[in-house]
Amino acid sequence: MTAVALPLEASSRRAFTAVLRRDLYVTGKELPAFLAQVILQPLFLLFVFGKVLGSLGYTQHGYADLLFPGLLGLTVVLTAIQTLAFPLVAEFGWTREIEDRLLAPMPTSFVAAEKVLFAMLRAFTATLIMIPIGYAILGHVPWVWGNFGWFLAALVLGSLVGAGFGMLIGTLVQPQRINLVFSLVFTPLLFTGCTQYPWPSLDRLRWFQVVTACNPMTYVSELMRGALTPSVPHIAPWICVVVSAGAIVVLLTIGVRGFYRRAID
Amino acid sequence: MLEVAELVKRYPRSPVNAVDGVSFTVDAGEVFGLLGPNGAGKTTTVGVLTTRVRPTAGRAAIDGVDVVRDPVRARRQLAVVPQRSNLDRSISIRDNLIFHAAYHGVPAKVREARADELLEQFGLSDRPNAKPDFFSGGQSQRVMIARALMHRPRVLFLDEPTTGLDPAARLFVWDRLRELREAGVTLLLTTHDMHEAAALAGRVGIMDHGKLLALDTPEALMRSLAGEATLELTADRPADGTLTDALAALPGVERVERLQGSPEDGDAYRVRLYLDADAAPLVAPAAAALAEQGLALNDVRLGTPTLEDVFIHLTGRSLR
Repeated sequence: MTAVALPLEASSRRAFTAVLRRDLYVTGKELPAFLAQVILQPLFLLFVFGKVLGSLGYTQHGYADLLFPGLLGLTVVLTAIQTLAFPLVAEFGWTREIEDRLLAPMPTSFVAAEKVLFAMLRAFTATLIMIPIGYAILGHVPWVWGNFGWFLAALVLGSLVGAGFGMLIGTLVQPQRINLVFSLVFTPLLFTGCTQYPWPSLDRLRWFQVVTACNPMTYVSELMRGALTPSVPHIAPWICVVVSAGAIVVLLTIGVRGFYRRAID
Repeated sequence: MLEVAELVKRYPRSPVNAVDGVSFTVDAGEVFGLLGPNGAGKTTTVGVLTTRVRPTAGRAAIDGVDVVRDPVRARRQLAVVPQRSNLDRSISIRDNLIFHAAYHGVPAKVREARADELLEQFGLSDRPNAKPDFFSGGQSQRVMIARALMHRPRVLFLDEPTTGLDPAARLFVWDRLRELREAGVTLLLTTHDMHEAAALAGRVGIMDHGKLLALDTPEALMRSLAGEATLELTADRPADGTLTDALAALPGVERVERLQGSPEDGDAYRVRLYLDADAAPLVAPAAAALAEQGLALNDVRLGTPTLEDVFIHLTGRSLR
């Protein structure tokens, strides 16, 4: 009853699920840390911009409804980035933990694919948790059951955009530069992703509208907005799907190429 | 079991080949040592065999499986113990063993039992649930060897298995490796420690600058050097070739080799004499030869040729 007796595809499949199980096991053991890492930022954004500023009369009535879908978009993308990028930088850089998985009997692409799948699962979880949190803070959340398909599309595409960014950062950034990534990548991504404002309303600020159009996260936020608050002006969902899909292909192609370069000398 | 043929690896932007036309084979159950200084190409050679380095040219196979064409199949046969810890820091050492086995498709019940057995055997059963961060270098090394054995590999690669370990830890690792040898596991270890190579390996390949310079049993390699014994002399001051000639002319001296002075000696004259008989009777004549040049003896070492002598003979420089 040794592993060698198994057919090759079976051993690859087993290795893949075992690595995924390992990631889920570690997440389960570090659940409070995981929640703090992914929930705290959107939670405070929602509380301050959606609740506090509204209560003080600095934002118009209905701004919270406009913000909430954007925050879901932000959560799904950023959680996927964080899940993939930081561990990957460490695993390739100094802990070398990934070596044991790269030596498991499966193709190298499976190790990369597991990273993407795991990032997606964490991103889904974090985003879904934001819905009850939204209820708790705002008293209600915008929701249209008829658009559930678009909501799911935004979840899947958003998590893949994040996974693509994460793979890119995780394989290109040197460990000693990881702090720089926070300020140079995260902050611009966070504020040009149309989380806090709908894209069509930016036509009064044309140059910024162009800048935000270059951020793939914009299309995830706008897709969420189209799904949850269709009455707010937003980019047409099909455009969001096409652009996000294109961005995913580009990001993952470069990211996975980087992964191969780090995995095999 | 292992076959390496005309292996070449050149890294991008490097002017020289890290591995430069290396060929050797290792039989099943053999313990094979790759000996050489840092940067000799040992780790790269192992990297190719363990599917982590893509060769520029040549062929490498494990049990007939080409590691470049069929890496997944190759990975099922092998296990690697790297030089530096790559243990999974997020989980306990017992979980490290168990998940490794899971990656390799070992059934759940088997891997639990095997993990406990190996932790016991490697003296790690007192705190199986501690995370790797709380273990010393020697202990981590033991955990990594135990982990490597979880899927019963047919070939075990060990990269500098005892570098940086204290003597007791080193002997412990050596004992475990000898047990594996008895159990018929093929071992390939890289080392820059000739004692380790001589103590464990059935055959030793000596590498330098990416090339395999010699390949034989440790005994045959040492026999290949002239003489039965060596005599190493260190004088108190530098000296020139006249002295070397005088020493070479002494009876029983087959060959004389100038050595670099150690840092604490500065550039004091150092030499190793290869003799065809016992070294002791030659100490007095050698001291006299030095005295004739106005030098005094600072240090005398009598010995039989070691693998390090073989290395010095082949490369003209010391291993370290």
